[in-house]
Amino acid sequence: MTFLRVNQLKVHYPVRGGFFRKVIGHVKAVDGISFELKKGETYGLVGESGCGKTTTGRTIIGLVKATAGEILFDGKDLTKLSRREFVQYRKDIQMIFQDPYSSLNPRKRVLDIVAEPLRNFEKLSPQEEKRKVQGLIEKVGLHSDSVYKYPHEFSGGQRQRIGIARALTLNPKLIIADEPVSALDVSVQAQVLNFMKDIQKEFQLTYLFISHDLGIIRHMCDRIGIMYRGQFVEEGTKDEIFHDPKHIYTKRLLASIPNADPLRRQEQQKLRQQIEKDYEQLYSRYFDAEGRVYPLKRISETHSVAIP
Amino acid sequence: MKRSVLQIESLRVSFRIQDEYYAAVDDVSLTVHENEVLAIVGESGCGKSALALSIIGLHPPERTKLEGAVVFKGKNLLTQSVQALNQIRGKDIGMIFQDPLTALNPLMTVGKQIEESMDYHTTLSTAEKRNRTLELLEHVGIPNPSQTYDRYPHELSGGMRQRIVIAIAITCNPALLIADEPTTALDVTIQAQIIRLLKNLQQQLNTGILLITHDLGVVAEMADRVAVMYAGEIVELADVHTLFTRPLHPYTRSLLQSIPSLQTPKETLHVIQGIVPPLTKLPRTGCRFRSRISWIHESKHEPHPILREVEPNHWVRCTCYQHFYFPDGGEKA
Repeated sequence: MTFLRVNQLKVHYPVRGGFFRKVIGHVKAVDGISFELKKGETYGLVGESGCGKTTTGRTIIGLVKATAGEILFDGKDLTKLSRREFVQYRKDIQMIFQDPYSSLNPRKRVLDIVAEPLRNFEKLSPQEEKRKVQGLIEKVGLHSDSVYKYPHEFSGGQRQRIGIARALTLNPKLIIADEPVSALDVSVQAQVLNFMKDIQKEFQLTYLFISHDLGIIRHMCDRIGIMYRGQFVEEGTKDEIFHDPKHIYTKRLLASIPNADPLRRQEQQKLRQQIEKDYEQLYSRYFDAEGRVYPLKRISETHSVAIP
Repeated sequence: MKRSVLQIESLRVSFRIQDEYYAAVDDVSLTVHENEVLAIVGESGCGKSALALSIIGLHPPERTKLEGAVVFKGKNLLTQSVQALNQIRGKDIGMIFQDPLTALNPLMTVGKQIEESMDYHTTLSTAEKRNRTLELLEHVGIPNPSQTYDRYPHELSGGMRQRIVIAIAITCNPALLIADEPTTALDVTIQAQIIRLLKNLQQQLNTGILLITHDLGVVAEMADRVAVMYAGEIVELADVHTLFTRPLHPYTRSLLQSIPSLQTPKETLHVIQGIVPPLTKLPRTGCRFRSRISWIHESKHEPHPILREVEPNHWVRCTCYQHFYFPDGGEKA
């Protein structure tokens, strides 16, 4: 069941320069991408910095305006809605941010941070509000007395869970998680990832999981889209991407993941050199004259690759 | 037998917090040999960066207490004057920091920045300096040395900037390189390139590299020997192969279980109970990891744990490793 469909989405930023600051060009942050999210799945957006994955996430939630294209959610095109109409959809789509140190207001108590979405959308008495917030805070594994504390009194992992509690207050349907664990230590990372999996089942959430870490993407996601310079390079299920990558860029990305087995160092180094050689020799087969990838071509029911 | 380039002996680094000194690095002894990468791995706050910075004297002296010795070329670096340290830093000891953008001067061309270190440490003429700089740029894999020479840091990509930082660090063929999270700010494809570059430099220049990182993947790719730090202490020290195939200390084993593995995927990741206690509340006696493996009985820990050589070249702190198991039973190799 399609739940969210992104259709030929483009986000271009004008570049101004010269006399009168005329528009002299565009930065094509996102350049015509299409994908679908099914209910209850985790979709991973992967790519290197600057590939447009974060911009895509921020456009869906309405923090960035789309230049062209559609974002269909529940049959409505979010890019065409007026501000007022958009507000009711904002309840259904929430975001978990990367850095738990800068995404929580240091001058607000946890109660006020987590209750803010409630205050915007629901009229609750202070008692009801507190009860609801305490329930959520316990759900994310913190003590209910924590609601009177300030963000600085928590560790990184705890803060990220407060951020998750805030995202859950309005029973959203879709959560956009933009590098939710990149700022955390490995042991805390595990805790947050496990927890995100648990609440996904409990609240039947759909995740759009944005990350540059392929290990985490593999752990979390059902389907994966690989982005390069604002476009999709390859899309497929987890197994297709990791066991049968078709595009040279995907292969190169996968080969550069550090191998946790020191014995296989030589082997990995050879593989990388081979792929690097292929990358140079076969470049024109995968990229056009301007160094951009070709449009996606479907090669099986679930697997698409950008080849001519 | 490789020659040692740096000996750290019972180093204790304490910081003053409200008139009280707390040790962030507690009685650490390590040796870095030539042509070897010694990795120090641990989570934030374990003291790994404090250790690295104390070697080159970058802690503010007014609120830091340094005890023990750091011996480099027969001198104890902890007792050297600033002038004497300046003769060593950037010449015999090179440094590579995490974020190449903040490590470089935005108002200076990269060529001039590389030459700056030659101004301090050599007597080369202007033309010689330029030649050496172009040579260095080529050495670290910059495609167009003579063009890049006149560029500013903001004109270069993150990977190129980190190469410039590395070029500055190796200007005077240092005997020791200290690399503090050298690839953390970079993308994976660039990370792989930088790791290869550092490995090549290690062999070509016979340099000893002290690698500080939290990323076990980088350790597996780059290190020859590994020291795992927890709460200011080394809990395990072994060669990289032993550490990944036969980790012994509960902390090392837990860490390895908490990263999503590409080889053997599993549904849930191992979570280490509790949190790293803040510096002011660190337990100073007994096994510092005991509160995080509470299912292991108190009597299994040593009252005064020491780092012991349990097999040749494999050191482990405390006896609790002999009794450790995962409560959920699962540990995949």
